[in-house]
Amino acid sequence: MSQTRKQLLTDPLVDNNPITLQVLGICSALAVTSSLNVAFVMSLAVIAVCGFSSLFISFLRHYIPNSIRIIVQMVIIASLVILVDQIIKAYAYEISKTLSVFVGLIITNCIVMGRAEAFAMKNKPFESFVDGVGNGLGYSLLLMSVGVVRELFGSGSLFGIMIFEPVSNGGWYVPNGLLLLPPSAFFIIGFIIWGVRTWKKSQVEAREYKIQTLEEH
Amino acid sequence: MSLRNYFHSMEPHFEKGGKYEKYYPIFEMVETIFFTSNTVTKAAPHARSFVDMKRVMTYVVISTIPCVLWALYNTGLQTNSALATLGIEAQSGWRISLLQFIGLGISPESLVSNIFHGLLYFLPIYLTTLIAGGICEVTFATIRGHEVNEGFLVSSMLFALTLPASTPLWQVALGIAFGVVVGKEVFGGTGKNFLNPALTGRAFLYFAYPAYMSGDSIWTPVDGYSGATSLGIAAAEGYESLSNYGITWADAFFGTIQGSLGETSTLACAIGLVFLLLTKIANYRMVVGCLLGMIIFSSFLNWVGSDTNPMFSMPWYWHLVIGSYAFGLVFMVTEPVSGSHTNLGRYIYGALIGFMVVMIRVLNPAFPEGMMLAILFGNIFAPLIDHFVVMANIKRRTKFNVQTQ
Repeated sequence: MSQTRKQLLTDPLVDNNPITLQVLGICSALAVTSSLNVAFVMSLAVIAVCGFSSLFISFLRHYIPNSIRIIVQMVIIASLVILVDQIIKAYAYEISKTLSVFVGLIITNCIVMGRAEAFAMKNKPFESFVDGVGNGLGYSLLLMSVGVVRELFGSGSLFGIMIFEPVSNGGWYVPNGLLLLPPSAFFIIGFIIWGVRTWKKSQVEAREYKIQTLEEH
Repeated sequence: MSLRNYFHSMEPHFEKGGKYEKYYPIFEMVETIFFTSNTVTKAAPHARSFVDMKRVMTYVVISTIPCVLWALYNTGLQTNSALATLGIEAQSGWRISLLQFIGLGISPESLVSNIFHGLLYFLPIYLTTLIAGGICEVTFATIRGHEVNEGFLVSSMLFALTLPASTPLWQVALGIAFGVVVGKEVFGGTGKNFLNPALTGRAFLYFAYPAYMSGDSIWTPVDGYSGATSLGIAAAEGYESLSNYGITWADAFFGTIQGSLGETSTLACAIGLVFLLLTKIANYRMVVGCLLGMIIFSSFLNWVGSDTNPMFSMPWYWHLVIGSYAFGLVFMVTEPVSGSHTNLGRYIYGALIGFMVVMIRVLNPAFPEGMMLAILFGNIFAPLIDHFVVMANIKRRTKFNVQTQ
């Protein structure tokens, strides 16, 4: 794989992460991260939809009329989402019930739409596919990180396997109920963004204003 | 060598280019405990007053003294009474052993025993708050290069007073750390926090560990003793039945009831309020707004009435004395940073909180107490209220100008 293609795959992981830098697709990150199993299935679904929608849209990019391109993109994305939804229902029924509408809502996930519009419409199919998968992976990385924190400290387990035995089962760990509530994902994503921007200074946005001091007059 | 000279000789080491440049905030913190700061305001606006931030914060801490004293007495009283009810088998633990050892005993009739027993509960919580919160505050001050602010003392005192006496100390530490970091430091420190840090920490604990922050068995730190708060009783059976539990309005006003450490006595809060209003630390507009909002909306609900929800009929003077309304009104609503900054806005801000308290207490079945959430709600709306007040003023002035052209 050439250098640029590799970059297409790895850049969205940290340097250009769709959630921490572009702040897209937050909604589902709040809703499906309270347990890792669910987050993992959701991640796979988004990687698949994002990769293949970019691929097909890129194939068709010369035939899509500019004025109705969003509608055509939506049709492709929606078909893929329905496909994914059916597969999950067939092979992971319990998880599909927990995910409920959120698989369907991948259609409106800004990351999928954003990649189609910003990349797949202008690039070759293979590059678009790699880019879509890369962004799906970036999304998944964050989803899983948030999921680890929420499930480990919220219910004391990882992938449903007990790590910290909770007090209610005779263990020592007092589960943190806040982490099971969706708003806690806001805090965790916020902390992750804080960490990433401390590590990668180039992601820090310019100050909107500065308080003046006497010396600057 | 005098202390003043000692600080002068130390100062160059901590200033720019000195050996311990990084630790200047810590030096500054220790120095200003003993001496007034000799730096002057450099940035506009040049507001000059003898009442600097340190004095404002100190006044707030002083105003909590009645609440602290009452917290000591009432916690001890409730604990000793519970122990007396439960009998000898419940009497174990280091606090009771210590009280027996120094000969104070655990009689609920003894004032000294009550206060001392309360102190043994309050002090560990307060010290944990100071240490855990202090570590966060100093770390941020050192890294970010801002000064360690006395506002922290206020936050930690208020935070400690809002907790039930039985709160485990690790939760206390976690709560204040969350409050200081998320409620204040991530937004830039004191003066830039849009939420009340103490309440942010309290809300964190409330949602993270609801079993330790609500219910009937947590208010008195005695195993096996269950005592509902007055609000809990009122929500379940109506305020009239409070007298069946031996709670009169005067009890609730003076504060010999179940509740978080500092919130029980309306009288102690009122003394604090008078002090804050006389020293003009608290703005009376917020207090008036909050009282009016609560009185008008609860009276409205009295008038509406309900057959199924007994809280509808609770009159405003009961809303005032039970739960944390009085404590929140005096120490949280009046907090100048997270509240509105325009005079008209302050009335609206206060009224919004007063309205929301009654709304949550009466109409929301999930939470019996509403003051904490109502104030945080008000905090979030405060900048918006200010925005509209300022916009309305601009509009009015523009109209005035058009006429003169």
